[in-house]
Amino acid sequence: MNQDAIEALEPEFNQNAKPYGRRAFLGIAALGSLGVVLGNRQATAVKATIGKVAIKDPTGIAKLLPINDDRWTIFTVTGGYPKRSKADYQLKISGLVDRPLTLSYNDLLQRKATSMTKDFQCVTGWRVDDVPWVGVLLRDLLDEVGVQSSATALRFTSFDGEYTESLTLEQAYRPDMLVAYQLLGRDITTAHGGPVRLYAAPMYGYKSIKWLETIEVVDKVIPGYWEERGYDIDAWVGGSNGLSDDPI
Amino acid sequence: MHWSNAVLFIFLTITGFSLYGAPGFRWIGYRGTVKDLHLWVGYALPFPVLFAILTRAGAQFRKDCKRFARWTVDDSRWWRKRTRPSAKLGKFNPGQKLNAIYIGACIIVFPVTGTAMRWANVFPLWMRRGADFTHSWFAIFLLAVILGHILMAITRPEPMRAILRGTVDAKWAQHEHPRWHAEMTTASHRRDSDPPQSAPTDPEKIGSGEIAHSS
Repeated sequence: MNQDAIEALEPEFNQNAKPYGRRAFLGIAALGSLGVVLGNRQATAVKATIGKVAIKDPTGIAKLLPINDDRWTIFTVTGGYPKRSKADYQLKISGLVDRPLTLSYNDLLQRKATSMTKDFQCVTGWRVDDVPWVGVLLRDLLDEVGVQSSATALRFTSFDGEYTESLTLEQAYRPDMLVAYQLLGRDITTAHGGPVRLYAAPMYGYKSIKWLETIEVVDKVIPGYWEERGYDIDAWVGGSNGLSDDPI
Repeated sequence: MHWSNAVLFIFLTITGFSLYGAPGFRWIGYRGTVKDLHLWVGYALPFPVLFAILTRAGAQFRKDCKRFARWTVDDSRWWRKRTRPSAKLGKFNPGQKLNAIYIGACIIVFPVTGTAMRWANVFPLWMRRGADFTHSWFAIFLLAVILGHILMAITRPEPMRAILRGTVDAKWAQHEHPRWHAEMTTASHRRDSDPPQSAPTDPEKIGSGEIAHSS
């Protein structure tokens, strides 16, 4: 049989056909699977190149790319965003304290403001550099209510009705734990956890509870929402969850 | 298989966008629930293909895989505009082949990277980040590929009819995919592994102007 006859019988599977398709398939599948091992380094490289360009992109489209830089991934564990106006907002501090306190949004503004410009790092990898925050230091509020000697920890709840967090008292007294009401030079938007949220600077983002509603002083650490789902309770950036990020 | 993949893809895209926090999808919320749904629906992704590869019903698909796996001289000719008129294509044009190859690879890559992302307490977190990175970029590229795929489909009535009805016009096939037409109209075709029910290629049917397309 000559070549034409073979082609006529099985026209597509003639002898000139190359297995490029199979190679492409295996290659792409291998590349993608290898990405689990190598992707972290690649992500850093992409951040260093495309990331620099993307920041200047006026359309904002580049912000949708997974560049791991300057991109907030907005998480909410309930349906949509819980919304509370500044007028309706209340922060309640209770538990093992001498003088339980309920603060309105304006009450917070009237207390000593503290500003800090620090990175925000998520445990899933993204990090936003040099974020300006304004709020009241957590320790100032704790001093005001008078923490009793039997207390060892704080439990935070969110008005989303679901999210919770914790800090030990020792952590809470650090000078970089902020009850924040301004972010990036503006009032904190609902998506970012406004009107009031926690900013736990030295820890991964899940500690910085959004839509902060209550702070309860308690006698032992009660694991928060994500901590019940496997994340470390003491969430130091670069010192927990098996990660080696630069500390903040 | 095509349509179960399509439904899974649409679901995973929407939940994926939500998990990714993309504007316009943030209102979905319920991160915990959406995460679980995305995960388990994601694991369902390989099953339509596995079903087609492993069962009797998938004879056509197995043959199609062989077509995807091979790149013919005609494919190269088709690829270049200048030589395209002389290309005698088989069942799939090279664009369709690449589309199928990429989607096929994705069906492996997404569950693999997704697993590393979900069980971050088993895998080290730097792996989770690598997986996240790969998952995201593969998803963006897949979205582009699928949008292109849909665009091609809605602008070309005959192939569109083929995927909807399972048959194509014989004259169209002869003109656009001559080698496939030749294969389907050659008697020897019936000697291969196709079970009769999925290869309705008896001469009468072809005489009436229809060729069976893959299921």
